[in-house]
Amino acid sequence: MASITEQRDAPAGERGAELERRGLALPRGWAYLPLGLFLVAFPLFAGEFWTVQIGAYSMILGVIALSLMFLAGYGGMVSLAQMTVAGTAGYFFAIFGTSSEMSISLGWSPWLSLPLALLVATLFATLIGLLASRTAGIYTIMITLAIAVAFFYFTRQNYELFNGFNGFAQIAPPAFFGYDWNQPQLFYYLTLAVAALCYAAVVYLGRSTFGLTVQALRDNQRRMRALGYHVTGHQVAAYATAGFMAALGGLLLVFLNGRISPGTIGVGPVIDILIIAVLGGLRHPIGPFVGALAFVLLDNFAIDLIERERFNTVIGLCFLAVVLFSPDGLLGLWEKARRALARGGRPRS
Amino acid sequence: MADITRDTGPVGARGSAAGSGGDPLAPRGLPMPGRRQLAIGAAVVAVVLAAVVFFVGLAAGWWALGGQDKRFIATVLNGLTLGSLYFLVASGFTLVFGLMRNVNLAHGSLYLAGAYIGWSVADATGSWFLGVAVGFVAMAAAGLVLQIVVFRRMEGQDLRQTLVTIGLSIVLADLMLWQWGGQTYQFIPPAWIDGTVRLPLVGMGYSSYRLILFLAAVVIGIALWLFLNRTKVGTMIRAGVDDRDMLAASGVNVQLVFCVVFAVGAGLAGFAGVVGGTALSIAPGEDVRYLLASLIVVIVGGMGSVTGAAVGAVLIGLAEQLGLVYSPTYGVVYTFLIMVGVLVWRPQGLLGRA
Repeated sequence: MASITEQRDAPAGERGAELERRGLALPRGWAYLPLGLFLVAFPLFAGEFWTVQIGAYSMILGVIALSLMFLAGYGGMVSLAQMTVAGTAGYFFAIFGTSSEMSISLGWSPWLSLPLALLVATLFATLIGLLASRTAGIYTIMITLAIAVAFFYFTRQNYELFNGFNGFAQIAPPAFFGYDWNQPQLFYYLTLAVAALCYAAVVYLGRSTFGLTVQALRDNQRRMRALGYHVTGHQVAAYATAGFMAALGGLLLVFLNGRISPGTIGVGPVIDILIIAVLGGLRHPIGPFVGALAFVLLDNFAIDLIERERFNTVIGLCFLAVVLFSPDGLLGLWEKARRALARGGRPRS
Repeated sequence: MADITRDTGPVGARGSAAGSGGDPLAPRGLPMPGRRQLAIGAAVVAVVLAAVVFFVGLAAGWWALGGQDKRFIATVLNGLTLGSLYFLVASGFTLVFGLMRNVNLAHGSLYLAGAYIGWSVADATGSWFLGVAVGFVAMAAAGLVLQIVVFRRMEGQDLRQTLVTIGLSIVLADLMLWQWGGQTYQFIPPAWIDGTVRLPLVGMGYSSYRLILFLAAVVIGIALWLFLNRTKVGTMIRAGVDDRDMLAASGVNVQLVFCVVFAVGAGLAGFAGVVGGTALSIAPGEDVRYLLASLIVVIVGGMGSVTGAAVGAVLIGLAEQLGLVYSPTYGVVYTFLIMVGVLVWRPQGLLGRA
């Protein structure tokens, strides 16, 4: 793929520099500890707005963007249909479960409707994968964008299943184990758990045989085919995995909003997920979460800087700036800064 | 197919059907556009023409049997009108993609911007034709600027270019909303083209403007075909679609060719904006609609093929209008199914080259 995902291998010189540094560095993964502690303690000192509208919302968007990062960063398949898959899960949770539109909703127990919604969304993602893997590279963007937009128009004009323009409202998170999961702190911990699981899953998958195969497919499909790997099979499996993650994010999003309508999966949100992933950086699973936090903060506080209506211009310009000047997103900037510090003013070798 | 994934690989290395991966060292099959491709192309065109003739014949039969339901004929005509609009928008999209590997996702924005600017000019001067001309010229200029200022700087990085076009489309959509607001605009075309003609044979009235639009699209399509197939610049463009590096190596100023193609493609989108805005209306969100149409038309028709764009546009236009009338809540599904069918049967598009 192009520059955004390429250039993984650090030049040999930098590897040497890293070895040189290692004596001083903390053990690998040390950053997880303070970060984890902070995230767990966050709702204890933050207000409801910060806990839910910033914290939980960022993590939900992060999970959906993480599924895109998995596909694009590891697999080289930039799918714009991840929000569509997330929305599908939300829609089918409302259709199988309870909502304001009881003439459509089936009213099944959440123990049934929740797994079914995940299943339908994952199947949809698999189908998207089957279609998108018919072609490769830049075509993937086109096909997945076409699917996403077509699905948006479909939900908007179909009243029999998707209740058209209005969609579904009054969708409550299931009262599993007798708790009210809408309660801000509980909801925050639910999202945190899901986000942490997804993050760990992507980190693990990235090192697993499957993940390595997918990364190798990104780098050289032809060689992998010659080695006897089933290219399409692995790609479709990647789509299914990412689809499941996006579906989890979609369910959380529906729990948060309590409603779903075509607007949730419109072109704007679909592109927002791409913006978030690229803004954060596609090289590491933490990127989407960083991007999501930046996005949500901008979304909420850009009002103070400019008129509310011009948010799209601001976010579009931010996105352009990242694409043009820092292809690895905010993570890339961080990386650059860290390297500059580590060099300690020594000139670039 | 996978040679598309490589930025560095020569664009033309798609001769070998089994060839994927795009390993620059791998032996390449010779491009064989030959008779088989032509035969397939001709067969597809024939099938589509047959389908159109079939629909029209069906309608005629319906009418001959005394059916009073003129809706079908009107729907088919609407489908053709929409198809001609889609063709105007998608032909530029497909040319730009075919030559530069640039998926210009801001193409819908060019359509909408052309429409708004054309409307403003037509509103200020009272001349609809001036609006059309300005819509074309303004967007052609915008396309030139985009190509020279943005895309030339990141040549060969197709994903990055595509991301840039996404960013541009977001910003443009928002700026247009700022400038022209959320309301719907309607053009007032000159009275002599905006009437109702009584169709012979069928005996029903139909908007003469839409018929003219259809004819204009046919004329432009033929002109584009002649430009590509009978002029020197057209030969260069086709050569560039097949193998950009060889074209550059043979002494052609490729950058100039890129500029011409981008200007023509963007200009056509702006032109379509004004004439399409006249047939329908202009409102925020239309950019996405035409972007989707372009995407599907080009996926169905085949990348870089203007004839493919024509075939795809007619198919999608008809499917959309027929779907809208006969099964309103599942209309989009037909469009989607056509795309799926093509991807399964011919992933490179009906007239695309493997």
